[in-house]
Amino acid sequence: MEKSERRVISVIVVNEASVLSRITDLFSGRGYNITSLTVAPIPDSKYSRLTIVTSGSVRVIEQITKQLHKLIPVLKVYEHADLVEKEMALIKFPVSENITDISTLCGAYNGKIVNVGDNVIIVMVADEPKRVDNFLKIINKYNPKEIVRSGAVALER
Amino acid sequence: MQISGAQMVIEALIAEGVEKVFGYPGGAIMNVYDEIYKQDKFEHILTRHEQAAVHAAEGYSKASGKVGVAMITSGPGFTNAVTGLADAYMDSIPLVVISGQVPMSLIGTDAFQEIDAVGISRSCTKHNYLVTDATELPRILKEAFYIAASGRPGPVHVDIPKDVTAQIAKFDYSIELDLETYKPHTKGNPRQIKKAMEAIAKAKRPLFYLGGGIINSNAAYEVRDLVHATGIPVVETFMARGTLSHDDEYLISMLGMHGSYAANMAMSETDLVIGLGARFDDRVTGKLSEFAKNAGVIHVDIDPASISKLVNADYPIVGDVKNVVEEMLKQSTNINPAKYASWREIIKNFDTLHPLTYHEDTDRLKPQWVIQRVGELLGDDANISTDVGQHQMWAAQFYPFTRPRQWISSGGLGTMGFGFPAAMGVKAASPDKVSINFTGDGSILMNCQELMTAVEKKLPVINIILNNNYLGMVRQWQTLFYEKRHSETDLSVQPDFVKLAEAFGGIGYRVTTKEEFDAALKDAIEKNIVAFIDVVVERLENVMPMVPAGGSLFNMMLLEKKEKK
Ligand SMILES: Cc1ncc(C[n+]2csc(CCOP(=O)(O)OP(=O)(O)O)c2C)c(N)n1
Repeated sequence: MEKSERRVISVIVVNEASVLSRITDLFSGRGYNITSLTVAPIPDSKYSRLTIVTSGSVRVIEQITKQLHKLIPVLKVYEHADLVEKEMALIKFPVSENITDISTLCGAYNGKIVNVGDNVIIVMVADEPKRVDNFLKIINKYNPKEIVRSGAVALER
Repeated sequence: MQISGAQMVIEALIAEGVEKVFGYPGGAIMNVYDEIYKQDKFEHILTRHEQAAVHAAEGYSKASGKVGVAMITSGPGFTNAVTGLADAYMDSIPLVVISGQVPMSLIGTDAFQEIDAVGISRSCTKHNYLVTDATELPRILKEAFYIAASGRPGPVHVDIPKDVTAQIAKFDYSIELDLETYKPHTKGNPRQIKKAMEAIAKAKRPLFYLGGGIINSNAAYEVRDLVHATGIPVVETFMARGTLSHDDEYLISMLGMHGSYAANMAMSETDLVIGLGARFDDRVTGKLSEFAKNAGVIHVDIDPASISKLVNADYPIVGDVKNVVEEMLKQSTNINPAKYASWREIIKNFDTLHPLTYHEDTDRLKPQWVIQRVGELLGDDANISTDVGQHQMWAAQFYPFTRPRQWISSGGLGTMGFGFPAAMGVKAASPDKVSINFTGDGSILMNCQELMTAVEKKLPVINIILNNNYLGMVRQWQTLFYEKRHSETDLSVQPDFVKLAEAFGGIGYRVTTKEEFDAALKDAIEKNIVAFIDVVVERLENVMPMVPAGGSLFNMMLLEKKEKK
């Protein structure tokens, strides 16, 4: 087996109906991995930008970019080498936990408390995916009730 | 001009120069059919099954080089057509397939005859559209034809809801296309071409490996020039048959699973593979790690995703093979064909050792003989289509092709039922040639209803059924790899093919001897109506030589030598 690598690919597509399913169908139909996928329109344009985190051998990654490029509505495909990558997570804790500790921790991971209710607080962090992993490991001892992560977004340096 | 969506479809087809449309009507496409009724610019050919409509459009496209057009209704009409779309996609055949859809207001309600057609066709088309407003139709139809025919060609599917075909809107087909995300790369990088030519000049045992892309891009005659200028021997893929004439001194033969010994050995011994419009299909390469092991690879293809997908290319060239070959030809003046004489001699010896042949030794006709005989009698005068199975491989091996677009067969998908409707499309495109379909007793039953179309539309296809009472190709694998357990491949119970043809108003012959065969073929050509020639052939004949799936090209199963009596 060839070595499998994690890769971040950005795809610029025409913002039209069913373009997202064209992309996801390509991945499922050809047996490629998707670790995460985020998509949003590019302001003041008719395009959207997708950030896809995937993994595969060098040959597979090359096929992924070529096959993506073959799709008619795809304008550009970037396979990133040197990039800034961020992911977000929202976490719900019982208010009975040590909020000061949690708040301090959040600060270290580009985050803060975003909502305080009668029974729960919600915090967010936005950081590199590895660091988000790390954060989620650490806060385990504060009994998080719910965790939701976004996919990654990335920009070439 | 303010017209209905349905009228727009007609106007667009006319503007695109479409002469034949193959199709089958139904509720969701009726508005368009009503407009078809009112016009006389193109002929509509009513097939008796939607799958056949798409295959006929494929045959038409393959024979003419134009975009084939098929028209179908929603739901079951569309699902019947999917096999044709997939077939065209795999073999890069330019088609525009237009389907009706339930009205916009009903989409998503599981309405009568509703199916998510664009969802289904996404994976088996080059591109597809659901038209939600008639104002979009001129642009979409124009794009559809352009996308189908340009770059790596392929089928494009346009799904039009019934209310959109009724909607009145402005029609202007003179619009400029603005496809900024789709710009096929046709020009081959000159530096890469130069490097490739230098590699060729250095190689001792170079080999042209020609694929179906050459036929698609109408590059066969340029390729012939390049071959003759350089004197480099040639192997053809199944899809490329007819690129060189069968009697060309530089043509070895077809390579791959059922390629000739000489072709496969040449591929194993070459030091430079010059791949033109070929995609290194697994039926061609056999075991990848052993394929052309000691050779450099030049790979020319219009589709960047084809290059280095399976075999790493040392000289990748993305471009239309016609442009690239023209450029290569200009730069080939320093190559002396005499240089490769000894290499060609080696290959000739391979061929003498194990020529592509068969034994004529039973009371029954040999299927290979039938194909060769048609070749002797008709040669260049016939276009050859096939279904899928042993007969198909024998046709590819033994028919003496003389020109591109003479050979029409389902390669990538291997679709039984392709041959007869495709042959009708071929006949519609090329009425001056005899249209032969070599088929099997299994395959012909998939789409034999097209007898009716062929009778009605006077498309006198001659179906030569190489009748072995078996699903022969599967039976062969069972014989070789499953200890002769012939599970569900025995076709001893058969229709009377003569009566079947006659029931539709065609003509049928049952043939058991060489004389009867000659007479039947002659008669069918004279009578000029659709025919079934049911040829009783040796039941247990195998297609040889053979590279078992996943085996190495140089490790072929060969025709057993016969003792001289
Ligand atoms: C639609 C479809 N179903 C099944 C197959 C698998 N298949 C490949 S060859 C073959 C046998 C074909 O038999 P026949 O048409 O009698 O031709 P022969 O091999 O005997 O020449 C079958 C079943 C196929 N290629 N296409």
